[in-house]
Amino acid sequence: MDIKIFIIAAVIKVALVAFLLLTGVAYMTWLERKVIGHMQNRWGPTRVGPFGLLQPLADGIKFILKEDMVPDKVHKVLYIMAPMLALIMSLISIAVIPFGETISVGGHDTALQITGVAQAHGTPPLDINIGLLIILGATSIGVYGIALAGWSSNSKYALLGSLRASAQMISYELALGLSLVGVLILSGTLSLRGIVDSQIHQPAWLGFLPHWYIFPQFIAFFVYLMSAYAETNRIPFDLPEAETELVAGYHTEYSAMKFAMFFMAEYVNMITVGCVATLLFFGGWHGPSLGISSPLIRALLPVIWFSAKIFVFMFVYIWIRGTLPRFRYDQLMAFGWKFLLPIAIVNIIVTSLIVALRS
Amino acid sequence: MFHQILFIIFGAICIAGAINLLIQRHPINSALSLVVVMGSLALIYMLLGAEFVAAVQVIVYAGAIMVLFVFTIMLLNAGVEERTRGSRIALLLGGTGVVLLIGMIAAVIFTNDKLVGGVKIGNLIPYEKIDNTHTIAGLLFQKYLLPFEITSVLILIAIMGAVVLAARRR
Repeated sequence: MDIKIFIIAAVIKVALVAFLLLTGVAYMTWLERKVIGHMQNRWGPTRVGPFGLLQPLADGIKFILKEDMVPDKVHKVLYIMAPMLALIMSLISIAVIPFGETISVGGHDTALQITGVAQAHGTPPLDINIGLLIILGATSIGVYGIALAGWSSNSKYALLGSLRASAQMISYELALGLSLVGVLILSGTLSLRGIVDSQIHQPAWLGFLPHWYIFPQFIAFFVYLMSAYAETNRIPFDLPEAETELVAGYHTEYSAMKFAMFFMAEYVNMITVGCVATLLFFGGWHGPSLGISSPLIRALLPVIWFSAKIFVFMFVYIWIRGTLPRFRYDQLMAFGWKFLLPIAIVNIIVTSLIVALRS
Repeated sequence: MFHQILFIIFGAICIAGAINLLIQRHPINSALSLVVVMGSLALIYMLLGAEFVAAVQVIVYAGAIMVLFVFTIMLLNAGVEERTRGSRIALLLGGTGVVLLIGMIAAVIFTNDKLVGGVKIGNLIPYEKIDNTHTIAGLLFQKYLLPFEITSVLILIAIMGAVVLAARRR
């Protein structure tokens, strides 16, 4: 492939994905306020635009125009670096996520993935062979963003929030990693594209269920979802920003765009969690073709299926936020170490036994 | 060529991080410099075609162990290091030691040039031929299964020892 076209295609893909992702993040906040509002018998945002649809835009302008306060006595370098680190690390994960097969634009093939390389017609695109590990690595570096934000703020609430956050994230990272192992044993690869491929061209479970790993690995999926909620600091595990005890947790001292960066990082992480769950447990971009003959829609149908599955996960996030109360801190730790971790390990043992007996 | 340029960049970042680790007086800055060193080492592994080792380096060292370090520093709120001027003998012996060590390593590499096949900087192994993850898994769980399991038992004993030592204080 011509290197110039490759670079141009890569730049376009990066710009497009980043734009769609950040727009998605903005409208995720709108959706959250709207859905939570209706759950609590309120209206949510209604004033800016029809149904309050322009609210995220107004929020964005507000964040940019606000005064960027840097409190006295903070560790300045780390204070400025922390939100950047959190946002960058959350955005890096998106680069390895595939959201479809090859697409052909004006005679040039390109893979529907930032780090994917299109092959000749008919063959699946090349993918990074450790895609899943890169996501886990980026998530584990993202902890520094939160930990340093709390420490460099030089404030007791922020410090307590970030200590809680780092302890929680380290604890739940174990259960999170182990819950993915069952799927890896079944698929036999770390490449995200490979994992999806091993779910698509297979006979259906029991004759009618699609060959998605959610069905044999439902325990792993449960563990994954619970620990992912803890990793993204969402209700019911949002102890790091428990407003009744800690003001706003690790971002108490942050204002304007720096606060918005933490906010965006949290929502991008939520979308990444949805992407990984979709790819590993729900067959990625796989879905019925609905008998549509229009070539444009057929080409984009995988992306639409993928987005629809992620949307379901985002909705469940909001739903749970509107339903469940916050855990106590000792309950959170006990739940992670004494419940999720053991069942994740049992799941791995059972899965590998079954795979070993079958082969 | 491209790999060599990248190697020089990441190698420079690695050494700069290591020097910064020693110069910085606040423990948290030193710990973060160590994270930079580990990250650039991971990138060098990746340039050498060891993508699995690179990912594990980031996840385990930079993502887990160093987070615990930073966590401890934050929790204890460790203060700024106090500088002493150091003894002249340590400087003299240490300087000669460094020169000798570098000389020895260089000598070993140059004399065993044919044995190790020379030092190939930024040599990318074509990745479709070898899948590192499968190779490492095969070596760990088939060929070297016993040493691997013994190591894990050893680590378990170390963890239990740490728990016993920590619990005795009550």
